[in-house]
Amino acid sequence: MQGIYEFVRGPLLWLTFIVFIGGSLYRLISMYYLLKKKERWVFNYMSLKYSLRSILHWIIPFASANMRQRPIMTVMSFVFHICLLVTPVFLLSHIVLWDESWNLSWWALPDWIADIMALVVIGACVFFAFRRQILPEVKYVTSVADYAILAITAAPFITGFLAYHQWIEYRTMLILHILAGEAMLVAIPFTRLIHMFYFWFTRAYTGSEFGGVRHARDW
Amino acid sequence: MAVPATKLKEKKEIIDVGLEEGAARLTYERIEQVINRVITAEMAARMKVYVDTCIHCGLCSTACHYYLSHGTPEWAPVGKVKQTMWEILEKKGKVSPEFIKRASIIASTECNVCRRCSMYCPYGIDVAYIMATVRRICHLLGVTPQYIQDTAHSHSATMNQMWVKEDEWIDTLQWQEGEAQAEMPSLRIALDKEGADIMYSVIGPEPKFRAQLIYQAAILMTAAGVDWTMPASPGWDNSDMAMFTGDFEMMGRIKRTHFETAAKLRVKKIVMGECGHAFRSVYDVGNRWLGWKMPPIPVIHATQFYYELLKEGKIKIARKLKEPVTLHDPCNIVRGRGLHEMMRYLVNATCENFVEMYPNREQNHCCCAGGGVINCGPPWKTKRVESNSIKAEQLAATGVHICIAPCHNCHGGLEDIINTYKLNMHTMFFIDVLMKTMEIPDALKA
Amino acid sequence: MSESKKWDWDTSEELIATPSEWKTKFARVQEPYVSPDGKKVAAIARNEDGTYTACVNGEAWENTYENMWNLRFGPDGRLTAIVSEAGEWTLAVDGVPWENKFAYVWDTKFNEDGQTIAVKIQQDTRYGLAVNDQPWENLFEHIGKYVMTPDGQYMAAAVQAVPLGQAEVFKFKDEGTWTVAVNGNAWEKIFTNVWGLDCSPDGKHVAAEVRMGLYDYTIAMDGEMWPEKFNCVWEPVFRPKTSEALATAPVRAAGKWTLAVNGKPVWDSKFVQCWHQTYSPDGRKLAAIVAPSFGQWTVAIDGKLWATTFNELVTDLTFSPDGNRLAAIAKDDGHWKIVVDGTPWPAMYDMVWPPVFSPDGSKVASKVEKGGKYTIALNGKPWRECEALWNPVFSPDGKKVLVRCIEDGKYYRRIVPISEF
Ligand code: HEM
Ligand code: SF4
Ligand code: SF4
Repeated sequence: MQGIYEFVRGPLLWLTFIVFIGGSLYRLISMYYLLKKKERWVFNYMSLKYSLRSILHWIIPFASANMRQRPIMTVMSFVFHICLLVTPVFLLSHIVLWDESWNLSWWALPDWIADIMALVVIGACVFFAFRRQILPEVKYVTSVADYAILAITAAPFITGFLAYHQWIEYRTMLILHILAGEAMLVAIPFTRLIHMFYFWFTRAYTGSEFGGVRHARDW
Repeated sequence: MAVPATKLKEKKEIIDVGLEEGAARLTYERIEQVINRVITAEMAARMKVYVDTCIHCGLCSTACHYYLSHGTPEWAPVGKVKQTMWEILEKKGKVSPEFIKRASIIASTECNVCRRCSMYCPYGIDVAYIMATVRRICHLLGVTPQYIQDTAHSHSATMNQMWVKEDEWIDTLQWQEGEAQAEMPSLRIALDKEGADIMYSVIGPEPKFRAQLIYQAAILMTAAGVDWTMPASPGWDNSDMAMFTGDFEMMGRIKRTHFETAAKLRVKKIVMGECGHAFRSVYDVGNRWLGWKMPPIPVIHATQFYYELLKEGKIKIARKLKEPVTLHDPCNIVRGRGLHEMMRYLVNATCENFVEMYPNREQNHCCCAGGGVINCGPPWKTKRVESNSIKAEQLAATGVHICIAPCHNCHGGLEDIINTYKLNMHTMFFIDVLMKTMEIPDALKA
Repeated sequence: MSESKKWDWDTSEELIATPSEWKTKFARVQEPYVSPDGKKVAAIARNEDGTYTACVNGEAWENTYENMWNLRFGPDGRLTAIVSEAGEWTLAVDGVPWENKFAYVWDTKFNEDGQTIAVKIQQDTRYGLAVNDQPWENLFEHIGKYVMTPDGQYMAAAVQAVPLGQAEVFKFKDEGTWTVAVNGNAWEKIFTNVWGLDCSPDGKHVAAEVRMGLYDYTIAMDGEMWPEKFNCVWEPVFRPKTSEALATAPVRAAGKWTLAVNGKPVWDSKFVQCWHQTYSPDGRKLAAIVAPSFGQWTVAIDGKLWATTFNELVTDLTFSPDGNRLAAIAKDDGHWKIVVDGTPWPAMYDMVWPPVFSPDGSKVASKVEKGGKYTIALNGKPWRECEALWNPVFSPDGKKVLVRCIEDGKYYRRIVPISEF
């Protein structure tokens, strides 16, 4: 057991980061080259001002018409993403690991809050899954892969939650948690989770076209 | 619950020779070969990023008037992408002629490439571009609805949309000039006047069906004392159905003719009539295919031109329209050029009682006629009107009887909606409003 | 050029007429036009009774017409206008209408010395050309662009030879309806489309830009298509001063443009855009307007680019008579410029007209406009401002410039020594 733990926490984690960072960089750089090779003209229209204007309107809750028209989804989506990004970074037990390995540490969330945030992520994933079942226009475009993405996203939080509360055998749960986290990171460059990086560019481009060329708002 | 696409098809199968005959000639090999050529040579980073990023969230659905009118998922933007591009990419072009026919129907008659959905998608994914690419594939496979294909042919043969022959064009201008001189003796439609300030260009249907719009433009230009000219050669038409069939080579040729006509006349700018799709082609799309980042000669849409004339005091309003009016914001000059505030200035300057429709400005619902859909002709009319009941509701809610719509396609589309849903309304162009409200200087009167 | 030798190059100032006063004689007067030698100024005028005439140096043509438009001087100084009488149209030359009348007449063209005048005609909904008052024997369904040789002996036109019914989409693209007619005789081969064309200077060959079906573009020479097909092409030109028939056209393959001669690429370089290819008068150099990258425009000579690019437009590419120099109009950030051998004049204008070279190529002059005032700039240096102005002409020895201008409502013909610029 200890051997497996050492492996997933050591070499496998390294590998995960290499694949996550390397893979994401590969996706971004290869897209950049493809753009340069075949759609170079796109650069002519990029505008920092309108890129930022567009991004801002879409990372602030309720700043776009569509967000206002769907308050529940908007709240779920923002709460989900915030918890998803904040929890792992400010979780005390994660910071302890950083401290052990690299002598780095920072402010940590109180555990009970982190606990709630993990539940929120899980709850949001369940919500998204239900949404995919219930709303015909979402169901129509949903495939197994979309549930898989939700599962991959929820898994680290479910396993982390279970491990923390030690309801099931802690060691096993911990290993599963690390594996789930690693799976999620590895999945990012190779699934639609790449939206984490692409989001900024698609918005920047649309924002530049709408603002710079068409003098219109895109929110 | 989702209605399968086939069920709707059973309801009424629309027969379009262009699609039937076009699809009948296809082979699997040809389809695969053409699609793969488009994938490797014409699609690149944008398409890939859009398809890879789309999280299948369906948030774009309520952007689309087709979806809002029918309420079933195959009309949602992402639903249309699923039925076309996803399948094409997933099967790497190994799709059937029947599939291509259906794809052409979706891309050409179930999407106005109005770009409202890219304003609703959290990533700003441009579904209109994806649909335009599907049309491009269908064009290269020769499966395009008959009527719009015919207009694309007209463009190729005559450089205008309506098979207007060169002499008919000039003759029409001279006829309108003669008519208008009865009202304003000093009026002149100067043909090919080199060095004028403005070249005025219109769309093919104006000389063909709505020549009085040329008459009215001439009255306005004369009243405002503008130094203007119209070309006596092909290049007078700014419209572009080739852009909408996906015949980009022809789109480039038409736009080149238009711009070079203006350059040869050494005008400072091109003012174009109240048309939306033509503006998109001249201002945003056609120029790019030719390598021009922005139009090489500035292009001003009529509404902006009227706005400037009013602001500069070159025309004055003598009396305002008393009847309440509403305003339809055409996609291609609002989401396409942000002219909405200028148009509101115009409405308020010319009408006493302006009732907004909701949503408005960039958020306005498309007329469902633009993007080439109305140009697919009579076979598709009922479907087009049924696909925009949301517009009928939006219009009806204003409670007024006049709708100003500064776009030809919008006009056609709204008229059909108004008639079908019995809305007791009629549409006007801004120039119609100006003709009723503008002051004609005494010196110019007959 | 040969004509200009005979012109008066000595009288430094000549007041020809006062167009601003013509308004008193007629109900309306349109914008003025001037003859190449500057000795005549003319405008379409409308009489009180609604009829039209042309006013030349203050004198009206004897005949009046129901309608009149397209007043143009030919290279030999004859004045033409398209006129109508009793609902029929024809061309009037120096006030005398052609004997043949047509349902419609438009698009006047002259050969180099002006002895041949051609117009497009429509009669009984059949279309063709009329040349020096003679209509073509064969008329067609419609007519597109046309060109003529410098000697005026050959005319080639894009014509629709096959009728087409309403919405016959498959006939249009599969069978084709357009071809080329040379002096009224159509090629046998029918194409989907025929657009721009060119005659070899000796008139022996005609090349045209064609499309077969919806996707295959190429050049057809004397009725035969190049075996090479392209994604798009632009209009061809023939290389001058050679007995070979060398049709040269921009062609697009894999999304990029280059130039091809008789189907084979001649330049290694490829461009985002390439058009308006022009040979030097001796045929040795080949230049074209190109966009080396999106939104950047310049000129390529024998495939090599000018060092400067312009972000809006390059147009009106002009070789000097000896072929050693090259000038063009450019537009950059909203300003118009004259560019000579890749270097723009420092001044920027609201509008510029095509640059003109002196016979030895050492000087370039151009009509330019700034703030509603016109002048001539020579090698970038402006002359004085005028109300209206026409393109400059250099004297055969290159020492003087013919300036045709309107000042204070008066039309002057001036001979300005180049030292005055
Ligand atoms: C800063 C980075 C990120 C941004 C800007 C971002 C943005 C978005 C946006 C705009 C959506 C569209 C739908 C919605 O609003 O819910 C979305 C959905 C989603 N995101 Fe993210 N995201 C980011 C990071 C992540 C990460 C790291 C994950 C998980 C590993 C993730 C998982 C998801 C999931 C699962 C959905 C889909 C919900 C559904 O099924 O409807 N996101 N994201
Ligand atoms: S019609 Fe407009 S909103 Fe609907 S899919 Fe097409 S572009 Fe999007
Ligand atoms: S809103 Fe955007 S990401 Fe969501 S389904 Fe529509 S196109 Fe895809």
